[in-house]
Amino acid sequence: MSLFTISGSPHVHGEENVKKIMLTVVYAMVPAMLVSIYFFGLDALRVMLIAVGASIFFEYVIQKYLIKGPITITDGSAAVAGILLAFNVPANVPAWMLVAGALVTIGVAKMSFGGLGKNPFNPALVGRVFMLISFPVQMTSWPVAKPLFASHLTDAITGPTALGLLKEGVGAGKTVDQILADPQMPQYLDRLMGNMSGSLGEVSAIALIIGGIFMVIRKVIDWQVPVSIILTVFIMAEIFHLIDPQHYIEPSFHLFSGGLMLGAIFMATDMVSSPMNLSGKIVFGVGIGLITIIIRLWGAYPEGISFAILIMNAFTPLINNAFKPKRFGLVKK
Amino acid sequence: MNKLKTFTIGGVHPHENKLTDQVAIRTLPLPKQLIIPLGQNLGVPPKPIVKKGDEVKTGQLIARGEAFISSNIHAPASGKILKIDDALDASGYRRQAIFLDVTGDEWADDIDTSGTIEREIKLSKSEIVARIKECGLVGLGGATFPTHVKMMIPDGKKAEYLIINGVECEPYLTSDHRMMLEKGDEILVGVSIMMRALDTEKAVIGIENNKPDAIAKLSQLAQSYKGIQIQPLKVKYPQGGEKQLIKACVNREVPSGKLPIEVGCVVSNVGTAFAVYEAVQKNKPLIERVVTITGKNLTHPSNFLVRVGTPISDLIAAAGGMPEDTGKLINGGPMMGKSLSTPDVPVVKGSSGILLLKNEESKRPTPKTCIRCSKCTVVCPMGLEPFLLSKLSKLGLYERAEKEQIMDCIECGSCQFTCPSGLPLLDYLRLGKQKTGQLIRNRK
Ligand code: SF4
Ligand code: SF4
Repeated sequence: MSLFTISGSPHVHGEENVKKIMLTVVYAMVPAMLVSIYFFGLDALRVMLIAVGASIFFEYVIQKYLIKGPITITDGSAAVAGILLAFNVPANVPAWMLVAGALVTIGVAKMSFGGLGKNPFNPALVGRVFMLISFPVQMTSWPVAKPLFASHLTDAITGPTALGLLKEGVGAGKTVDQILADPQMPQYLDRLMGNMSGSLGEVSAIALIIGGIFMVIRKVIDWQVPVSIILTVFIMAEIFHLIDPQHYIEPSFHLFSGGLMLGAIFMATDMVSSPMNLSGKIVFGVGIGLITIIIRLWGAYPEGISFAILIMNAFTPLINNAFKPKRFGLVKK
Repeated sequence: MNKLKTFTIGGVHPHENKLTDQVAIRTLPLPKQLIIPLGQNLGVPPKPIVKKGDEVKTGQLIARGEAFISSNIHAPASGKILKIDDALDASGYRRQAIFLDVTGDEWADDIDTSGTIEREIKLSKSEIVARIKECGLVGLGGATFPTHVKMMIPDGKKAEYLIINGVECEPYLTSDHRMMLEKGDEILVGVSIMMRALDTEKAVIGIENNKPDAIAKLSQLAQSYKGIQIQPLKVKYPQGGEKQLIKACVNREVPSGKLPIEVGCVVSNVGTAFAVYEAVQKNKPLIERVVTITGKNLTHPSNFLVRVGTPISDLIAAAGGMPEDTGKLINGGPMMGKSLSTPDVPVVKGSSGILLLKNEESKRPTPKTCIRCSKCTVVCPMGLEPFLLSKLSKLGLYERAEKEQIMDCIECGSCQFTCPSGLPLLDYLRLGKQKTGQLIRNRK
């Protein structure tokens, strides 16, 4: 007589697994990858390949030689972290800097906390902030977007980002109209499509939104985080714009420039470092939105979403404790 | 079109795999020997009233439930009592059972074995409850709670609705579905009887809309019965859970730790309604039931009408024999059933189905680490946080688990089914519930 397996129920399992989730995230990033290659050419491809390669390499080496545990590079999480890191740097960043960033992303922000699922902060963002603080010059010299096949701009030159222009302008006491009239300032449609200076993945709001909708449909992220971040930034920007339109630019500018969309859709939604429950996700998103706008309007950096996400990451355990899912039968009929 | 009703929190949709929903119920021949476990109901097992060598007729009382929550057992066939001894049952333990050598199928005199449908209800409320008790009825959905106890409403409470579970949300199982198609009238009479016993004007039969034939059939029949409404429901597991079913059918939420009567509901299922019909109208005790025997590798997956005490191996033989590559044998459905170590255990009142899984289907995914994706929380029908509860159980933090409402877990398995990291969440939850339950009891 053959022996039967004894185990507790359930005896069947759904089709979800970690690799599938990571692959979905990669698919969602494809539009933004293509746009970055379109505007920044082979430089973009180079940055992505180096970041992904280095991330997987470090994960492998650390798991094999330092932790001496199972190797999990095939689950795809290192590749996702690599692409996200690449999305957060300028296309002309030197290779060795990127490798250092990947080392911090994987080694410090992910592995030292125990690997996938245990990291309190978004690893790619830690890597990015490390690079920003260590190499401020290179990390803020942005190549100007140069559409493939467009011949009028031949040499890769660098230029300020829209947010950089804004911060500089406001600092110099210019009015919003004067700042917008700056010839280097990208036009509205360009900001939407991604035809402007910036880090690889952040330039095209459209491509990022497409990826975001894809992830929501595939249930890899919940809409609560991105929507609450974007709405909060919009409302805050609108309030200040209404108070003083010559000092505070209109909200759409904030939405479609800088890393807001990238952060809201791909960075803040990282499962591991964001809250678990829907109400908590909204609190988290509103917090990120508020901190972002505060840094953008009054902080020293032109961009604030990276710091905002990392700060709110730190609050995630508290939010998880305070905001529980809606329990069944808690409210009496 | 109206949006189909369902419960609102969580839920999953496993592959339905209803291989036998078009297979008519067949009667399985009587085996040579029946092994009738005494522990077939929730609560206290009944005491045997026969001894070795006694001759019994089909339907004769052989064990009496004396405790408040207990139920009678009757001889499922006529024959001679061989012995009363320990026998392995579906729980995996050796427990007391009555061994009956079958000589024939001669029924006790006062039982109506004809097929005519008796529609007129003659008994009064208290007579109905007494008859149900006498006939040894338990909930046939799997919980095996004695039906007569359920029919007694505590003082000061009123049953506004009788809710009948016809959803059969477990994949593979089709015994209730077939019953609704083949025994529709009997079920509706049974429901009417329960309504009388409960003093209830309204009954709702919830059926998932993957059974359009059953919905159509019962809706048509129900027109000639007063107060019975057929409610089609969206397919979602675990809709058969008592609390989920009430929420889906009448949009009421049973408070945490309370019983359905708290919101004016009593829940039963179609199989039990049929048994009530047989007991009250035909004086027939609960000695047989419909069992689905199914699995992708079986040659003839079927729905059998089986006497209690028949070995499961007989069902497998009648369904084409035990396939070579069987890796797991499950008493019940794939989501909540219990795995068996051997087919040499008897069918009991609570057996709704036997499922065979192939070797490759029997494997669990390799557990990885929790990626905090919150999918388990999203699917939990009780609004719990399975990742947290399983971690607290693992760490032995039962006080904290109690605060996080671990005792509300209905062990539906939706969380583990969904977890992309393949974590054995429910294994830990079960352990945690047990330990937390001890903690709570010790406090009293
Ligand atoms: S088994 Fe318990 S914790 Fe898991 S989904 Fe079902 S009710 Fe929720
Ligand atoms: S579904 Fe699994 S991996 Fe996701 S949060 Fe729950 S336990 Fe963790």
